[in-house]
Amino acid sequence: MSTRVGIAPYLQALPLALVFFLFLVIPLVFILVVSFWTYENYSIQPAFVVQNYMDVFDRCIVRLPDLCTTFKTYLSTLYFCVIVWVLTLLIGFTVAYFLAFEVRSKAVQSVLFLVCTIPFWTSNVIRMISWIPLLGREGLVNQTLQNIGAIDMPLDWLLYSKFSVTITFVHLFTFFMVVPIYNSMLRIDRSLIEAARDAGATGWQTLTNVIIPLSKTGIAIGSIFVVTIVMGDFITIGLMGGQQIASVGKTISVEISYLQFPIAAANAVVLLLTVLIMIFALTRVVDIRKEL
Amino acid sequence: MTDKLFSGVSRRSFLKTTAAVAGTIGAGKITGFPYVSSARAQEAKTLRYLGTAVNQSKEIADKVKEDLGITIEYVPVTTDEVTKRIITQPNTFDIVDTEYFSLKKFVPSGNLMGMDATKIKEFDNITPVFTKGEIGGKKIGDQGTAPWEVLYLKENKSKEFATEPTQWISLIPTTYNADTLGIRPDLIGRPIESWSELLNPEFKGKASILNIPSIGIMDAAMAIEATGKYKYPDKGNMTRDEIDMTIATLIEAKQAGQFRALWSDFNESVNLMSSGEVVIQSMWSPAVTAVRGKGIDCVFQPLKEGYRAWASGFALPATLEGPKLDAAYEFVNWFLSGWAGAFLNRQGYYSGVLPTAKAAMEPYEWAYWMEGKEAEQDIKSPSGETIALKGAKRDGGSYEERMGAVACWNAVMDEDAYMVRKWNEFVAA
Repeated sequence: MSTRVGIAPYLQALPLALVFFLFLVIPLVFILVVSFWTYENYSIQPAFVVQNYMDVFDRCIVRLPDLCTTFKTYLSTLYFCVIVWVLTLLIGFTVAYFLAFEVRSKAVQSVLFLVCTIPFWTSNVIRMISWIPLLGREGLVNQTLQNIGAIDMPLDWLLYSKFSVTITFVHLFTFFMVVPIYNSMLRIDRSLIEAARDAGATGWQTLTNVIIPLSKTGIAIGSIFVVTIVMGDFITIGLMGGQQIASVGKTISVEISYLQFPIAAANAVVLLLTVLIMIFALTRVVDIRKEL
Repeated sequence: MTDKLFSGVSRRSFLKTTAAVAGTIGAGKITGFPYVSSARAQEAKTLRYLGTAVNQSKEIADKVKEDLGITIEYVPVTTDEVTKRIITQPNTFDIVDTEYFSLKKFVPSGNLMGMDATKIKEFDNITPVFTKGEIGGKKIGDQGTAPWEVLYLKENKSKEFATEPTQWISLIPTTYNADTLGIRPDLIGRPIESWSELLNPEFKGKASILNIPSIGIMDAAMAIEATGKYKYPDKGNMTRDEIDMTIATLIEAKQAGQFRALWSDFNESVNLMSSGEVVIQSMWSPAVTAVRGKGIDCVFQPLKEGYRAWASGFALPATLEGPKLDAAYEFVNWFLSGWAGAFLNRQGYYSGVLPTAKAAMEPYEWAYWMEGKEAEQDIKSPSGETIALKGAKRDGGSYEERMGAVACWNAVMDEDAYMVRKWNEFVAA
């Protein structure tokens, strides 16, 4: 192994670094800069004011314990984040466990894994919308329940509710949990599990002491996927929540459509910081770099 | 790389194009080079038409090509995106179809130019709804951004509106209409006469309002005014207190479970109505037609407080010049000359110049759409679907009855930014 560090590795990393610099760093800097500008009507002017941030947190402190719009919006987004994270983790972990440990044959494993990807052959929005005829007031679920006599009146909370948003999120994003967890489970040395069993561990003990700790990287990566997607989503929440549930993404999108770029940028910066803090907290628990 | 470039295009044609391009750039005024001049003429004869997909019919583009030889290249985007493009990328289109209410924001930017009324053949025939704010000699409601208040500019490239009629026109009207609530009479089972029904607890969990803040808040204001709670001096330009009150009323209704959902695009409103999730909601005329097209009973219900109207028209980017400018005028003149007007009238919109549209329609069509008379035979949409059977009448009656009952126009408020913030509060509540 050579300890010489030449220029070559830097050159190799250069293209990707450039792409990130051009399409990630520069736009982010622009967003940050614009968030301090002022706007009036449809024109925006360079300035350095914190008014946009004041507007984002308008009366947030004085109104406590009543929540201001921004706090309410974040609370509702965080609510989905936690619920969806827990559900996708439970389901995703179970599916990955089944694939990695219960299915013996490599070939069957691959086939079943591919089966999991089939829903991705259609677009996200279509998979979302397909829930509507199922859950609607005159939808399949309500009709069935009424036909078997379980209910007299259609259930309204099935659609355009927190329930329908949650179910759609879980449906759409569980796979993002399955993939990384399955991947890290495949790398677990089977002899470790045998050793655990030989040492007298029960199945549950093997799971909590061996498999879960060794799948931590996969869990962390899957969590990052799910958390960041849910935090920024506004299409699912809009469509399935009947546009009546607030999301940070929707707030930003409305502001952009009225060409209020500075306040939209301020909102985006706040959202970015929130997500970064969440990811940071997650990486404190699991050192992804070390584990990879 | 080179190989890839030539696959697909034959090498010869590629060289030809290159030569032509080089010629165009280098040759300047050299005449007697037919290939170049025809290529240039061809370029002038193509207009990039920015607007929402709703107004961009293939039939119109085909007819323009046939009549004038002008190729219309549609740039279909959402209403918001039209606004954004005009402000941020005014060189990416040659003609734009946009709404009058946005003009208060566009005109000060200087990105659009006034059109010369003397070059518009049918200008004197444009309906007085636009030029004077009158219909049949009667004044029309002027709350909000009424088109006649923003129709004239001081000069060709002025950033200010003129209070008196001038030669320079901000937007040449294409379509306009009067909007009201859509209802499902089969599920409601009683007459609906007032905007206040939108907030009536009888329809708890079965009402909807549109989630486009500037329009939604005006529908809400129509409903609030109808309940007798408050009379707005101008629903299209509220004070902060009025916005606060309006949003507070909406939040109260929302928390009581009044709204099944909010909708933000045409298809959503059609789905909510046809699936029976909603029985009364803000709606647009073609959406009502679409629900009816599915064989479901849906009415664009005229209400005693009147309509909320909107109007859109053509504008040109300030930088347009030369042959392209001529082609744009040629197209606008064609648009007002009848065929397109009849096409729009048959969709349930109204055209800017009525006499030419009348000449291009069958008398029974004109009687149904414009005079509010019973259909003498089945009424067909431009695409050939039957949308009204013989003996049916148009909801709301004749042109004069409908446009004469306009109470307010789509608008952009002075307190726009504040209103949007408050609207977000409504959504989050």
